[in-house]
This record gives sequence, C-alpha cells and structure tokens, in this order.
Amino acid sequence: MVTMIRDRQTLLLFAGILALLVVATLIGQIMRWRRRSDVVDNLNARIKAWWVMSAVFALSLLTGGLGSVILFGLLSFFALREFITLTPTRPADHSALFWVFFIILPLQYYLVATQWYGFFSVLIPVYAFLFIPSRIAISGDANAFLERSSKIQWGLMVCVYCVSHVPALLMLEIPGYAGKNARLLFFLVVIVQLSDVLQYVWGKLLGRHKISPVISPSKTWEGFIGGTVSATLIGTALWRTTPFTVWQTMGMAFIITIMGFLGGLTMSAIKRDSGVKDWGSSIQGHGGVLDRIDSICFAGPIFFHLTRYFFT
Amino acid sequence: MRRVVAKGVVGIARVLAGGNVRRVGFTPDDRQRIYFVNHTSHLDFVLVWAALPPRLRTMTRPVAAKDYWDKPGLRRYLGVKVFNAVLVERNPTTGSPNAIDVLLDGLGEKHSLIIFPEGTRGDGTTIAQFKSGLYRLGKERPDVDLIPSYINNVNRVLPKGEFVPVPMLASVSFGEPMHVGEDEDKNAFLDRARNAILELRQW
Repeated sequence: MVTMIRDRQTLLLFAGILALLVVATLIGQIMRWRRRSDVVDNLNARIKAWWVMSAVFALSLLTGGLGSVILFGLLSFFALREFITLTPTRPADHSALFWVFFIILPLQYYLVATQWYGFFSVLIPVYAFLFIPSRIAISGDANAFLERSSKIQWGLMVCVYCVSHVPALLMLEIPGYAGKNARLLFFLVVIVQLSDVLQYVWGKLLGRHKISPVISPSKTWEGFIGGTVSATLIGTALWRTTPFTVWQTMGMAFIITIMGFLGGLTMSAIKRDSGVKDWGSSIQGHGGVLDRIDSICFAGPIFFHLTRYFFT
Repeated sequence: MRRVVAKGVVGIARVLAGGNVRRVGFTPDDRQRIYFVNHTSHLDFVLVWAALPPRLRTMTRPVAAKDYWDKPGLRRYLGVKVFNAVLVERNPTTGSPNAIDVLLDGLGEKHSLIIFPEGTRGDGTTIAQFKSGLYRLGKERPDVDLIPSYINNVNRVLPKGEFVPVPMLASVSFGEPMHVGEDEDKNAFLDRARNAILELRQW
C-alpha cells in the first residue's frame, strides 16, 4: 500500500479520476439547477454511483492486488446471480448451481490469487464445461436439457471466467514493469468505463442514426464513433503509465473500446430476449451489476491475452 | 446475541436473494398487521421479515409449523429465540390447543404476524386455495390490517426438498391493507384475499 501511494504516476491517475468526478458533479448540479427532468435526475444518480464505484475500485487497487481479486470475485458473484435469475433453470439444476456459485467461482479467483495460470485458463472452459451437464444429467430431468446446461455455462463464462481476467492482469510478468501491474488494471477499467460514459454523452448530444434499434435503442453511430475516438485518445494520453509505446497504447485502447461496445451490445441482446431493460437494480441509476460490467466482460480477456502474448 | 444472529440471518438472506422490496399502497408503521404471503420455500418468512424496516422486525412474528421448527438445536434456536415464531401444529391431535387461539395469543396486543394461508409450500407458479384461518383471524381482530404480500423467486433459492440455498434475486411485494367485510362470507373473502396476492404479481 505504501509503495502504491508513493508512486507518483498512480497518484496522478487517481487525481485525474477525482477531477473528472468533480467536473461531472458540477455539470450535473448546474443542469439540475437550470432545468429538472428525469434524464437529469438519472444522470445525477449515475454520477453519485460513480463516486462510490471509483472509491471502491481505488481502495481495491491500493491493497496491492488481493483487494482487486476480492472485488472482482464479488462482482462476478453478483453478476452471475443476476444472470441466473433471468435464466429459466429447473429444480433439478439446483445442485449444479450450488457448485457454480460456491465451488467453481471461488476456486477461479483462488487461482487468480495464487497466480496458477495453467489451471486458471482451463477450469471453466474445460472442467466446469464437462461437470455442469454431467451433474444436471445425474439429477435426471431431461426437459430443455441442452438449453439449461448451456445457459449456466454461458453465464459462468461471461460473469466469472471473463471478469476474472481483469485481476489476472496482476499475474503477468512484463519485463521492466514488475510491481506496476495495478496500472494495467486501472488502464483497462478506466478506458472501458470512460468509453461507456462518452458513448452515452455523445449519443445524447448528437445521436441520430441507431445502430441496432431492436437490440439497443440507445446506441447510435454518432455516440459509438464519438465515444470510441475520444476514449481511445484519452487512453493514448495515459501511455506513460503502461508498458506500451504510444502507438501500441492507442491500438490497445482502441481494441478495448471496441470490445467494450460489443460486450454491451451482446448483453443487451440477451436482455431483450428475456424481456427486461436492466439486469437488476442494485446500482442507483445504472441498473444491475451486470449492466455496469458487461463491457468489461468482453474487453478484459482480450486485453489480457494481447498483453500476455506480445509483452511477456 | 439474538439481535446479532438476526442481523446475520438477514445479511445472508440479502447476499442470497437481494433486497428487492416493493410497496404498493402499503406504508410500514407501528400498527399491528397480519402479513399473509404465498408459500414456496422454508426461507419465505426470513425474506418477508428482512423486507420490513428493522424496528418492525422485532414486533413481527412468523407463524411456522411446529413439527418442523420445534426440533432441538439450530431450528428451535432460530425459530423460537431469534424469530420469536408462533408455532402451530400442522396435524392437530385431540387435546392440542386450537390453532386460531394460538395465533390470537401470538398476536396479542402488540405483535404482527406473518402467515402462509395456503398451509403448504407450492412450486412457485400457482397459488393454492387459502385455508380458513385468515378469515377467522380477520373476524376476531377487525382492528388489525391484513396485508397481502407476494414473494417471488424464493422457491428457486431453496426449492422444496433441497437443503442448501443458491443465490437468486427474489422480491417481496406488500399490497394495500384489507379487512373482512361486515357480512362477507368466508369463501368470498378468501378468494378476494388470494386475488389480492395474484394482483401483486404484476408489480
């Protein structure tokens, strides 16, 4: 913790986020003062939640690793709870679900904490993949069998496997970057979330042409392009905190924003299919946990593997 | 100690089932209430209890089956000491006290009750016909508000026949207070009460 606080760059990153939050809060209050509406109230609720989320994330980073493993483990738990709630499982799946929540999920994060990469990368795609349908088969209910087992596996992949790649960034051994991996985590999360926010802002300001009216009525080309470009530029400005060169940073930031967009779009498609607007209601103004981290689910593993392949 | 355990149980319930509460024409206050709820799981009353504001929890007693909760050990401790449950015989024998008297006694002058008028746990999709106890309580104590309450998805947290719960978002909805009408007949009232719960489903 002490080394992190002494580290000037990390402090600057935190100061940057703090400044952003202050500016956003001011704008929100001015808008409220000028004209109150549901959109403005929702915006202010979102900003308020951002304060809390930023504080939790900053604290988890300051613990130097373990805190982030625990934080993302909890996020996985709550996200999976939202996912399974909307998935029509049957009583015969009960035991498999117990394993998923209380054995496989904690084990995955234990493997992140102990930095056992080999097992970490196959636990869910191989072992859980074979275990879940077997356990359901033993329960003896064949009704919609493939649908049930694949939905549980899918939830586990998105909410646990993909999300666990974010704290797994801490286990990468990048030459000349030892002890600084928390910054990669910061880089990823900040770009993904900024890109979400900026797409929302650009979309509200200029949005005309819908990308996919059926799946996500709020996503527009103007918002997508504006958000992607501005988030990529902000990401590039952070290049000194990364182990990458300027151009590499820009490429990474761009890929992160694109993956984040695809994550949001894909998870929206599932929501539309289930006939709901949000995954839950646990974060004021944002919806559920899964609504907030859907873009991280997709950006996390790709950023992890690109970094692992090219820089370790 | 009991308070700490109660807090812990509420905490576990929140982690498992979330804390989703809807109030449709219901304001929690210190008045005596009888919350009547559809029954799908052993966890139902914990969830309803947790959905009430903390100061109302201590005055609210769940009504539970004696044969299940009056077993030595954890169940009796939780049921009797922590939740202060009113225990009733499901299969009364001659000589056992009249169930309605037990309930009226449990209600007393300051408590509220949580009751499950279906009498037994359903599968969460349908609501069975109500037993007459609710009607008789309403007749005996017209001063007490009857609150229709709908509990959703708890059967997936802990289905019938399972021992360990899994996380699943559930919700509790409280509806508008109702009373037995002056000359309302038993079946008419029980149907009205059951429909009040069915209506809460849409919320």
